[in-house]
Amino acid sequence: MKSLQDRTGPILLWLLLFTAPFWMPYVGGYTGLGTRVLVLALAAMAVNFLLGFTGVLSFGHAAYFGLGAYGAGMAIKYIYPSSSLGILVGVLAGTIGAMIIGAMIVRLRGVYFAMVTIAFGQVFYFVAFRWVSVTGGDDGLTGWKRVPLDFGFTNFDILHNDVAFYYLCLICLAISAAAMALLLRSPFGHSLLAIRENERRAWFLGIPVNRHIWMSFVISGFFASLAGVLYAYLDNFVDPRAFHWQQSGDFVIMAVLGGMRSFWGPLIGAAVFVVLQDKISSHTDYWMSILGLFFVLAVVFFPRGVLGMIKRRQES
Amino acid sequence: MTQVILFNVLNGLIVGAFYALMALGLSLILNLSGVINFAHGGFLALGAYLAYSMAPYIGFWGGLVFAPFVTAALGIIVEHVLIRRLYGRDPLYSLLLTFGLAYIFQDGLRYTWGAQSVPYQIPGWLASPLSASLFFLTGYRVFMVIIVALAVAALFLILGYTRLGIRIRAGTLDLDTVSVLGVNVRVLRNLNFGLGIYLAGLAGVLAAGLLGLSPTIGDQLIMPSFVAIIVGGLGSLPGTLAGGLLIGVAAGLTAVFFPAAQEAVIYVMMALVLLIRPNGLFGDAGRVQ
Repeated sequence: MKSLQDRTGPILLWLLLFTAPFWMPYVGGYTGLGTRVLVLALAAMAVNFLLGFTGVLSFGHAAYFGLGAYGAGMAIKYIYPSSSLGILVGVLAGTIGAMIIGAMIVRLRGVYFAMVTIAFGQVFYFVAFRWVSVTGGDDGLTGWKRVPLDFGFTNFDILHNDVAFYYLCLICLAISAAAMALLLRSPFGHSLLAIRENERRAWFLGIPVNRHIWMSFVISGFFASLAGVLYAYLDNFVDPRAFHWQQSGDFVIMAVLGGMRSFWGPLIGAAVFVVLQDKISSHTDYWMSILGLFFVLAVVFFPRGVLGMIKRRQES
Repeated sequence: MTQVILFNVLNGLIVGAFYALMALGLSLILNLSGVINFAHGGFLALGAYLAYSMAPYIGFWGGLVFAPFVTAALGIIVEHVLIRRLYGRDPLYSLLLTFGLAYIFQDGLRYTWGAQSVPYQIPGWLASPLSASLFFLTGYRVFMVIIVALAVAALFLILGYTRLGIRIRAGTLDLDTVSVLGVNVRVLRNLNFGLGIYLAGLAGVLAAGLLGLSPTIGDQLIMPSFVAIIVGGLGSLPGTLAGGLLIGVAAGLTAVFFPAAQEAVIYVMMALVLLIRPNGLFGDAGRVQ
């Protein structure tokens, strides 16, 4: 059982997140910015499930993120206007994509694995870019809106009420985080850690390494596509850049920035990333270079990330 | 119809030569240093723009000769200052570093030369078609293929017969032993990085004459180069060359029959290769890292 002191961090974090719509306007933020943090944090945590806890670097998670986003948008636009249907279709599309691509690449390792995931991510980019009649091409998929959730007894108006949508995203993040934490505590999760630490030893212990990596890949793709759905709902819009390799890279940067060996690291990383991007891009057109410089310095001087640094300081 | 197919196959070979030139540079760096250089596209664009800025003073030919060298010099500095700090760490970090560099490159190019694309002047006699029946084949395309062929031949000669090349090949197989035998591995990796970037710069200058200049010119070419490496097989330079040409032709042929899929087809090829030969067409079995 963890001591209370170990838990103060996460408890504080969740208190902050839970009350964010009330204090954010006072520090110069807005609800949409908070929602963006939650959505990208979910994606970064999904990537980190694979990167930080299985030891496998996927640089192509924008594929499943984008499949989720387009799946949701297209379901609402072409099938039936219902937010829950969008979530279902988006997550299904992303998860099936991860299953198929995962099965093809699960035998590869290291740099090779990373390169193949990057390249596969681009297929969807080109499909979304070229198939103009269905996806809207470069202009993005427009002409649809997220729909208020109707539970029968009560109506949760996520369309007109930004705060309600924020809480929907917070609930999704909370459930996903709990699910990932439970998975990591299970025997399955421990065998993932064993693979991360020493793959050869894991083989000798009889862990079906490739199948476990595949399962971890699919789980990661599942949560990434859920993040994609919420991302599309956030602006009622999605364009091919959701599939672009730079989007994948941003997820990995968020995970590393926050600390990829800690469970909540990607959340911190996403918050830093989103706030920085928002602040810098409101001052200059050349925000990408400043962000890039920040990445370079972070990788060279703080490879452990924010939480990694804090943890190390406490231990020493 | 035959002419259309011929045109597209030739065109595919030309584009493929391009992919190959870029992929060879990426491959050199990846094989010796284990670094996936995301900034390769940025270096390519830089080479193109340098040639563009040099051209008024030293002409097209001067730009073709000097711009790649200046690009390579910058590559050597970047390796020396930043990338070498991350050797020996998880490849993740060098990947993220070059990813950040790619961001900086894109903005830097936009800042210096503007976001609008600009045309690149090539000598008049290169711009005209070879003959009336081969109207689709401009002199510049033939010229490009010749330059690429020369560069690739020079690269393989360097790797095969010079001391530097032999050390690079040996280092690719076993860097520790090379180091123990008294070779300065830091310098070796530095020069190797410069060699790779030189190829990127050269590809950039050539691309500028064909596609014109825009800050994102490298972005369009870097993903196919990755695919070329994967299809050809990681760790095999002849494989990378073959992979580049192969996907170029495949994209060219697809453009005839199903234009919408001309970009996607190379990824389908990659998927097929991975299913049938996970090490790539020419990759050594058992060297999957």
